[in-house]
Amino acid sequence: MNRYETVFILTPVLSDEQMKEAVEKFKGVLTANGATIVNEEEWGLRKLAYPIQKKSTGFYCLLEFEGAPTLVKQLEIAYRRDEKVLRFLTFRLDKYAAEYAEKRRNLRAKKASETAEAPAEAENKEA
Amino acid sequence: MAANSEIRYLTPLTVETRKKKYCRFKRSGIKYIDYKDPEFLKKFLNEQGKILPRRITGTSLKFQRRVARAVKRARHLALLPYVTDLMK
Repeated sequence: MNRYETVFILTPVLSDEQMKEAVEKFKGVLTANGATIVNEEEWGLRKLAYPIQKKSTGFYCLLEFEGAPTLVKQLEIAYRRDEKVLRFLTFRLDKYAAEYAEKRRNLRAKKASETAEAPAEAENKEA
Repeated sequence: MAANSEIRYLTPLTVETRKKKYCRFKRSGIKYIDYKDPEFLKKFLNEQGKILPRRITGTSLKFQRRVARAVKRARHLALLPYVTDLMK
């Protein structure tokens, strides 16, 4: 059971729910093959450093999961079949990378919780 | 007579003392170089976006390879450009 981290870029031309549904699709591929998703981050629309397929922005999404090595092949087949995905990169986390990912996740969680507490009144307005 | 008059310089010849370069990763104990934050990786690229050699950054071989691998992954994910004119 290795730890993997995959980042993929979706075309920006999609509407919001299409993006959500695409991300759900890949999460489904993972869970179907028996992976446990540890962390999921969406960086949203970002400017690409160079145009890919004539597009200069892309929707970045990061998935961190734990699973058997065989399912990475399934995941990548799913990526290649889906034309919405501009580019993807899957990478096995070694010991130090896993520690780093752990630290990064707590950092982001803490930061997210801080921003959540700070505008406390904004929060209950949303809730 | 000319032999014993040694050459006199206007200013004392300062041999520039070479600062001992050190590997910043070993010193600060960084173990893993993340390919996902381009800001940090930019320190190892020159203006055209090319990877700086070890003799300039002074990093050890082990970490220079990791930096190179991280930069190439970042380039693949379009977080860093392959070539650009003015990056900084």
